[in-house]
Order: sequence, then structure tokens, then C-alpha cells
Amino acid sequence: MRSLNAAKPKKRLSNSNLLFLIAAVIFVLMYLFAIISFPGSFLQFQTFFDLFNLNAPLIIMTLGLCIVMIVGGIDISIGQVCALVMMACAVLLESGLGSVWGALLLALGIGIAFGLLQGYLIAYLEIQPFIITLAGLFLAKGLLTTLHKDPINVTMPAFVSLVDFKIVIPWLGTENRLGVFIPCEIKAGAVVVVVLVVLLAALMKWTRFGRNVYAVGGNEQSAMMLGINVKRTKFFAYVICGLTAGIAGFVFIMQIGGANVGSAALFELKAIASNIIGGTLLNGGVGNLLGSPIGALTLLVINELIRAAGVQSNFQAIVSGLLLYLFIVLQSVVMSLRGRRKFRLVLAPWLRLPGMKKAENQG
Amino acid sequence: MRRLKAQVSHLFLPLSVLVILIIINLIKGADYFSITVVKGALYGNIPNILFGASELVILSIGMALVTAASQGQDIGIGAGATITSAVFVLFVLNAGEVTLLTILAGFLVSCVAGLVIGVFNGILVSVFKVQPMVATLILFMGGRSIAFMIDGRLSPILANDISNQIGTVIPGVPLQTPIILTAVFIAIVAVVLKTTNLRLYVESVGINPSAARLNGIDPKKIIFLTFLIMGICTAVAGFIAVNKAGRHDSVNLLKFIMMDAILAVAIGGNSLGGGKFSITGSIIGAYTIEMLNRTLLRLIDVDPATIPAFKAVFIIILMVVASPVVRDFAAKALRWVRFRADSGTVPETGAPDAAVVSDPDTPAKKEV
Repeated sequence: MRSLNAAKPKKRLSNSNLLFLIAAVIFVLMYLFAIISFPGSFLQFQTFFDLFNLNAPLIIMTLGLCIVMIVGGIDISIGQVCALVMMACAVLLESGLGSVWGALLLALGIGIAFGLLQGYLIAYLEIQPFIITLAGLFLAKGLLTTLHKDPINVTMPAFVSLVDFKIVIPWLGTENRLGVFIPCEIKAGAVVVVVLVVLLAALMKWTRFGRNVYAVGGNEQSAMMLGINVKRTKFFAYVICGLTAGIAGFVFIMQIGGANVGSAALFELKAIASNIIGGTLLNGGVGNLLGSPIGALTLLVINELIRAAGVQSNFQAIVSGLLLYLFIVLQSVVMSLRGRRKFRLVLAPWLRLPGMKKAENQG
Repeated sequence: MRRLKAQVSHLFLPLSVLVILIIINLIKGADYFSITVVKGALYGNIPNILFGASELVILSIGMALVTAASQGQDIGIGAGATITSAVFVLFVLNAGEVTLLTILAGFLVSCVAGLVIGVFNGILVSVFKVQPMVATLILFMGGRSIAFMIDGRLSPILANDISNQIGTVIPGVPLQTPIILTAVFIAIVAVVLKTTNLRLYVESVGINPSAARLNGIDPKKIIFLTFLIMGICTAVAGFIAVNKAGRHDSVNLLKFIMMDAILAVAIGGNSLGGGKFSITGSIIGAYTIEMLNRTLLRLIDVDPATIPAFKAVFIIILMVVASPVVRDFAAKALRWVRFRADSGTVPETGAPDAAVVSDPDTPAKKEV
């Protein structure tokens, strides 16, 4: 009977949506705080766009990782795969043999190859994801240094024009001190981010695969009994993650126009942190794909704030660690209060977010 | 006898890897085990491995406990060890004259710092129920900066005789001091596990926290305790590492050790999902990793930067061989071969299968 009652308008918010809501509120508060403290810089639209322009690779990686985390796994190879893709593309473009399209294909190919390998080993041979993706990290790192060791700056004209490509919004912008109007600019990477967010969110929400991902992450056994192909779902989650790492690598090289051994270092941990702030749990089954870009943006706004405040770089790491601490504790307190049934949040129907209703009857 | 068999089968993977590595090394050069005596101390490949892996062994012991109890991993150990060793260096440098007592006091102070780190992580994991990897991510992000601020400058140098001797060799003692310290630490851990109920409690919490709670074991306390032990482990590892290096480099000290420590736990036959654990396995796993690193350096005369790729291939092969699917398949194949052999009609097709099964890499599944 409970399922019948659940169809009534006063639904409880699912865990995924609750965490997403917390993340979104935190992001908005954070940005408002930033605007209040530094109105000069954060009130400009360009600052907001730059968050996307400069950090597109991280956000793209976060998206792929989110799917893997919802399915209950983890992928720590993505940062180094991204770096490997950058270096491979740079070497290809500099050798004069390849074209931009060839580099794009190479980037996607490397990403998918890592995804296929890791996905097969994790899903079909049932090896622990942490170890396999750690091996993937080592593999990508070793291949990267084997490929080339020195920083490369791509000078191929076609690619340089792509690097310089930007969309100018003429009606939005600010005047500088001299009174010259500077329109806002959006780089290609930001466009890729938006397209991928829409695509993957649609994939997670409206396709059978997306539903399966939540089911497998929530409880593998019951998902299997429901007739879901658990192994294939996990496999494709890792393939998508590898693909996004490849795309992120290409976007990154498009952004900085070169490659270096140390680029994209520790991005995997940043991506994990972003996803956690965005409300995806490492246990799997809970999470919202829209939360991960918001989590990444929250982390980036924190960094921008600290930078704007002019704090020493050592404090920057400590402060971002502390803020991460606050978020994690906040999330955990909210979840545990909810578990004790003392905390009920009922939203009006028009406020409710799209997402799974899996955890509806829990708690 | 049966229990012994079960234990040995648990250690089959790490031991077989170790044996394979030794065989590879012997093929490369027969003088692998040769030990030379320089100024009264032993040097050679084996002492070098024992020397090089000392921090890793200590950290992998702590990691095995944390993994077993909290079903997750601590990725902040490198940063944690950097902080504790920064405290140690600060104490020793401010103490004026360096005697054995100051070193000991500094070590105890750094242990307190390790306990503080353990309390920080432990409260997050046990009380706030944050996943360990997330909780320790905080320290991972901020830890090295904290260590740098404790130092106050870039890499203070620890130039005194006693720390030099702790890092290398005490005159008159044939083994390097880190090896002895590691052995003492292992012995203490073994005694603690033998005389207390820690192992039972940790395993029961790791297998099912709510069942453990119903049986009167507080999972929060046990998880908290494992993080405290982890804190002590990081302090000891940081102490050894900083004395080995002779200077405190807050950026690079024990930089990627958490990956190796987790790998050691996994190679040691422990599940990364918590539950039953084997300290022996993770110790052997840690030595195996060090040996693997040195073997790769010895075998392949290329740039050390390409070593990770070979390491990755090795890990993947190892994990594929040890994976449940391959094990089941091997067990099935073994049973089929036995069945055919028993029925007395050993066909010609049976021979290649037998060859596959007798491959030393494929551990036969224990038949219950």
C-alpha cells in the first residue's frame, strides 16, 4: 500500500536529490558570499564564465567519474589518462603527420581504450576497482613519460586557431577603467562542458542504462535478480568514464595549447572531492549527475575566493581542506538526522528536482 | 593442519609473486643473494630491499587494519607522516644539544602528533560516518602545507650523528637500523594481535558492523582505534623516513606511498572491502612491491620514469590471475581433469589442460 501512497504529491525527497540540493544551496551561498566580499571581480559575468573556461577539463572528468561512483566503483586513473591524451595529441600535432581531427580521434581512442581495459577487468573479472585503476594510473604515467618528457607547445596553425577560438557575447560584458567595453568570451571547452552535462544527464535520467546504473549501485544482488545485466552496466560505466577522460584531455590541450608531464596531476582526487561535494556517495547508488559540476564549481569558487583574498598558497591548501571538512560533516549530519526520522524536508512539487525516487521509502 | 592449510592458501598469492620475482632475479644474475660486508654492516640486494621497504611495511600494517575495520582506505598517510616528521624535526632542532633522549622525546612527540591525526580522521569516519577515503582526502589536500608551515622553511636539515645512525647503520650492528626498527615494530604488532582480541573485533566490525554492534562490540570504538593505530604507524614511518633522508622535504617525503600501501594490502590477499585481514600478507606484499620496483630497475636498462608502465602491467597480470573468475575457472578445470583421471580414460585432450592447470601462476581454489 505504501507504493500507492508514495504516488501522492507530498513525496519525500530522495537521498540523491537532498544531497544535490545541499550542494546547490552551498554553491549559491558561496557565490553570493564571494560577490559580497569581492563585488569588483565576482559580479562580472566573465568571472563566472572563466570558471568554465579555465576548468572545463576538471568538470568533464567529474561527470564521467560521477557515473562510475554511482555504479559503486571508483576510477583514479582519469587524471593521468587525461595527461597521456594531452601528450599524445601534442606529439601527433607537432610531428606534422596528424590533423586536428586525427588528434581528436586519438584522444577519444586512448580514453576509450583505457575505459575498455579497466571496465573489462573490473566488471567481468571482478577485480577490485581501486587496484585496477591504480594500475591504469601507473600505466598512463609510464606511457606518458615514455612518449615524451619535455613540455611541448603546439605550433600547428590549424590547432592554434582552434586554441584561440572563442565565442564573444557582444551584449554582455563590462567596461574597464578606460571605459572600453570588453565583451564576455566563452571558450570552446565551456561549450563542450554544457553539451556533455546535458547529454549525460539525459542518459542517466531517461535511458534504461541510467536507471540500471542506479539500481546496480544501490544493490548489486537485487539488481541482478531484477534481470539487470550488472556486468554490462558496470562495463559501460567505466567506458563512459574513460571516454570523458579522453575528451577532457583534448579540451585541456585546446585550452592551454601545449602539454607537459605534470599537467592534470592529481585531477582524479579533485574530481572525487568535487563529486562528493556534489552529493555523490562513494558507496554507490546515490548521486545526481547535475551535482558533480556544481561540486566542482563550489571547489573552484573556494579556490578563487582564497586567491582573491590574497592568502599565501600554503594556507590555500589548508583552507580548502577545512572547507571540504565542513561540507563533509554537514552532509553527514543531514543524512544521519534524516536517518533518525527527525528531519523531514518536503518540497512543493514545482521545486522538486528530477532524479531517482529510489530512496523514497527508506529511512 | 587444516587451519595451517587455510592460512597458507591465503598467503599463496603474495608468496608465489615473491618466488617468481626471485626466480626472475636469479635468471638475470646468479649473484642476487650475495651479501657483502662494508664496515661491519651487511649490504646486498636483500638487505637493500628490507631497508628500502621499511616505511612501506609499517604503513601497510596500519592500512591493513584500517581497511579491515572501516572498509575503506586511508589516502592521507603520506601527508600524515610528513606532519609527524615535521613535528619531530622541529622538536629536535629546537632542543639544542642532540642526545638519544631528545631523539626519543621527539619521537614520542611525533607519536602524539600521529595520534592527533588519527583522532581527526577517526572521528570523521566513526562518528560522522564519512567514507575513509573522503575523510582522509582532507588531510591529503592540506597536510603537506601544514607540514611546511611547521617547518617554516624549505627542507630543514637534520644533521647530527644519532639521526644519521638511525637512518643508516649503528657502528657494530650488522644490520641497518631501519630494518631493526621495522622488525621491532612488527614484533610489537604481532604480540598485540596475539594477546588481545583486536583481530577478532576488527574482523567482526569489518564483516558486518550492525551484527558486531548487536554482539556488544561498538563499531565506532573499533574503527576509531584502528585510526589511532594508523596514526602511530604514520609517526613511526615518518620518523624512519626523515632519518633516512637526513632532511625534511615537506613536498616529496613519502609522496606516493599511499598507493603502494594499498597495493601491498591487496597483494597480501586482503579484501579492500573490509573483513578478514592478514598482517603477514600485507607485510609480504610490501616487501614484494619494493622487490618489484628494484627488479624492474635491474632488469630494464631504461629510464626510471618508464618503470610505472611495467609495474602497471605486472599488477594487472597479477590481479587477473588472482581474480575470482579465473580462480573459479581454474578450480573447475582442475576438477574436470581429476574426474577424467579417476574414470581411467585419460584422453589426449586432457594433457594440454593439465599443463594449463599446473601453471604455477594459477592458484587452485581451496576445495571445501
